[in-house]
Amino acid sequence: MEATFRIWRGALGSGTFADYRTETSDGMVVLDAVHDIQATQAPDLAVRWNCKAGKCGSCSAEVNGRPRLMCMTRLSDLDLSKPVTIEPMQAFPHSRDLVTDVSWNFRVKHQIKPFTPRTPDAADGTWRMQQEDVDRVQEFRKCIECFLCQDVCHVLRDHHLHEEFVGPRYLVYTSALEMHPLDTQERRDELRKAHGIGYCNITKCCTTVCPEGIQITDNAIIPMKERVMDHAFDPIVKLVGLMTGKVAGP
Amino acid sequence: MPTWDTIDHDVLVIGAGGAGLRAAIEAASHGVSVGLVCKSLLGKAHTVMAEGGVAASLGNVDDRDSWQVHVTDTLRGGQYVNNWRMAELHAKEAPDRVRELEAWGALFDRTSDGKILQRNFGGHRYPRLAHVGDRTGLEMIRTLQDHGVHQGMDVHMEVTVVSLHKRDGRVCGALAYDRERGRFRLFRAKAIVLATGGIGRAFAVTSNSWEYTGDGHALAYHAGAALQDMEFIQFHPTGMVWPPSVRGILVTEGVRGEGGILLNSEGRRFMFDDIPEAYRTQTADTPDEGWRYVTGDKEARRPPELLTRDHVARCIVREVREGRGSPHGGVFLDIAWIKTHLPKAAEHIRRKLPSMYHQFKALADIDITTTPMEVGPTTHYVMGGIRVDGDTQMSSVPGLFAAGEVAAGLHGSNRLGGNSLSDLIVFGKRAGEHAASFAKESAALEPDAGEVGEAVRECLAPFDRPSGENPYAIQNDLQRMMQNQVGIVRQEGEMLQAAEALRELEARARRVGVTGHREYNPGWHTAIDLAHLLTVSEAVIRSALERKESRGGHFRDDYPEKDPASGTINFVVQKGPDGEMHVRPEPVVGVTDELRRLVETFK
Ligand SMILES: Cc1cc2nc3c(=O)[nH]c(=O)nc-3n(C[C@H](O)[C@H](O)[C@H](O)COP(=O)(O)OP(=O)(O)OC[C@H]3O[C@@H](n4cnc5c(N)ncnc54)[C@H](O)[C@@H]3O)c2cc1C
Ligand code: SF4
Ligand code: SF4
Ligand code: FES
Repeated sequence: MEATFRIWRGALGSGTFADYRTETSDGMVVLDAVHDIQATQAPDLAVRWNCKAGKCGSCSAEVNGRPRLMCMTRLSDLDLSKPVTIEPMQAFPHSRDLVTDVSWNFRVKHQIKPFTPRTPDAADGTWRMQQEDVDRVQEFRKCIECFLCQDVCHVLRDHHLHEEFVGPRYLVYTSALEMHPLDTQERRDELRKAHGIGYCNITKCCTTVCPEGIQITDNAIIPMKERVMDHAFDPIVKLVGLMTGKVAGP
Repeated sequence: MPTWDTIDHDVLVIGAGGAGLRAAIEAASHGVSVGLVCKSLLGKAHTVMAEGGVAASLGNVDDRDSWQVHVTDTLRGGQYVNNWRMAELHAKEAPDRVRELEAWGALFDRTSDGKILQRNFGGHRYPRLAHVGDRTGLEMIRTLQDHGVHQGMDVHMEVTVVSLHKRDGRVCGALAYDRERGRFRLFRAKAIVLATGGIGRAFAVTSNSWEYTGDGHALAYHAGAALQDMEFIQFHPTGMVWPPSVRGILVTEGVRGEGGILLNSEGRRFMFDDIPEAYRTQTADTPDEGWRYVTGDKEARRPPELLTRDHVARCIVREVREGRGSPHGGVFLDIAWIKTHLPKAAEHIRRKLPSMYHQFKALADIDITTTPMEVGPTTHYVMGGIRVDGDTQMSSVPGLFAAGEVAAGLHGSNRLGGNSLSDLIVFGKRAGEHAASFAKESAALEPDAGEVGEAVRECLAPFDRPSGENPYAIQNDLQRMMQNQVGIVRQEGEMLQAAEALRELEARARRVGVTGHREYNPGWHTAIDLAHLLTVSEAVIRSALERKESRGGHFRDDYPEKDPASGTINFVVQKGPDGEMHVRPEPVVGVTDELRRLVETFK
């Protein structure tokens, strides 16, 4: 069956949608269609990808308006009677076609105080940790840095507060460090000031789009909000507590 | 006039996978200035995809393990054409390198007494792979990346190196373009480390990404460095076969390590039917013994599914050829069956193999806790690569080092699972250290501007032929040709045809054309990568023709047996003064009496 893909073409923010028709087959994902179009109709169509298996977080884009990994979005889950729109992520400066400049993310990460272990437990320089303590952090360490959560967060996407707020990805990252069984660093002060955790108003959009299923809001952000702020000064935390974690999303 | 920016570093590391990152960290720790370049974004290199684990004889799960056993396993797996010195250093140093990752923040799964847990893998006598579920590579690359960026190095992301430049026989520069804007940069450096990974994209069915076009192999070759073992390519036995769009994507060996079994269409566990002599005494006699092994019974021997990859892949090919394959041309890999032995099996599978569970659920609509997977061989890894000194990782070109998949020697004719991730950190460190000391002892040399200008012009030439050959089409034809004629089962006639076909593809590549602009233009990038793919394909074909026997990742239908005389040589590929590719045999390196004795002891 043939389907139409409506892909954003252009550079540095200006551009237009172009329609491409291509044959689809069993089990195909959006990235396959993009590759077919690239190989036969638009050889210069810019797109990032690596693993084709949801492991590297390279192929992030907005498919029919939703932030997704193109390699994990099956055509059978989309309505092919209408054109499938594919656009670059909106929260970052546009480079070309489906590629955006995500370098801001790497700069932000660099500002977060790195892992600082306690002195080793054993004479041979090694540590002892229990699986259950490790398990608590593994959820956050699954992150493939696709930046889809950053893309969807309104603080970055709509309000462009990139200078004040590190975004959900780096709250997950900070959480992974803070809950690391061996880490001894203190990051609470900058979380509140430089990293702007207070800007998050727990809309949970980030959690909804995370392809790794990380409970970004419930497991990373809310516990950290609780740690860094006095309850009295953060009404949202209080509210969430009262409502046992249920807050309406957008 | 071609133009470029010039950037200076003492040590330039090309490639930001495990090997490149570890090399850069080490070089920086020796106080030299370090640049790190990679084609993709930082953290997206192939290493991120590794699943099963990293091999090191920590002895946390079975204290009978030691470096001595690890080195003999590696040599047996490689069928003794390894660089024995590298196998020895690797086995001795891997435990320290793994513990060091923990000091930098990596979190491995734990034993009940709080140490790093280790799992079984094919060809390893004892449980040896430190792991994090089935996403060990992600843990490793993220640890190295997050630690590395704080050690003082300049990272140049989405920058592709296209040529190396020498003066007075020494390497002194690398020309590159940035993908985003298509501008050229000349990196001047006193020492260069190649850590560019593999060549899987030369084949049609592969677990490898677009990056694996053999760039480092080709760059080194054209700079005059010797390559070796290019006939040895690992076809991993278990890639996905259905749906078509995911064909080749890897199914980790960890599935078999956790008890997964291979079945043909008749429901027969065919791996019991063909156990090689060299492994007979180490292999289980019954399914029951195999199960006891994977659940930690130290008296039991491993199930035949955990024999080496080359052997398992060929058994699968045989089943399919003889009409006992699965509906889509593979065989069945069943992990769901463990529910007959294990309460809460589904939960166990989801915990031990979360990304496999997710991968099949999302891409093939299959729940692996209830349904067998369909799997078949996929091009996975190249054992061959740049010939290096075992201790320093320097190639035959002064100042040019190599580490990781792009280097050859450690794995011989067949790599054991888990021995790559450990390879990266052991030899990445060594390459970084020796590149740093080489740089300290050397003065900076100036690459020849005329030569650099010529290289720039060559890169841009496809833009002058907008209606030239489509780069994707040439790549596709090359992949199909290599898959069909130089794949898992080889013979002279087909390979000679392949060598002919290659000439034609080369001619087409000279007419390749691209449209559009230099900014982020994948058509152009593919055109440039083509040259590398053609060079490595020629090296593979030429070496495979020379090795008239079957060994490890090289199987010849016309010479199905091992030839003892060929078991003491490596085939070395080098560019001659005539500009042509030459292949010559060289004796295997690093064999000592001590290692020979160990091989005997642990037979
Ligand atoms: C799906 C999968 C699972 C695997 N599982 C395991 C496992 O469980 N255990 C194990 O031991 N091994 C495993 N392997 C093998 C192992 O992951 C790889 O061999 C290893 O990661 C290679 O690392 P590397 O550092 O050599 O190269 P890579 O990690 O591939 O990095 C190569 C780097 O070089 C850069 N590069 C390439 N060409 C250029 C150029 N021209 N200019 C600039 N930069 C360039 C790339 O951008 C990249 O940054 C697996 C492989 C795959 C594909
Ligand atoms: S929950 Fe917070 S971080 Fe997540 S999208 Fe909403 S505002 Fe952004
Ligand atoms: S937290 Fe999830 S959505 Fe955000 S970058 Fe990581 S994997 Fe992507
Ligand atoms: S290509 Fe790696 S996540 Fe899609």
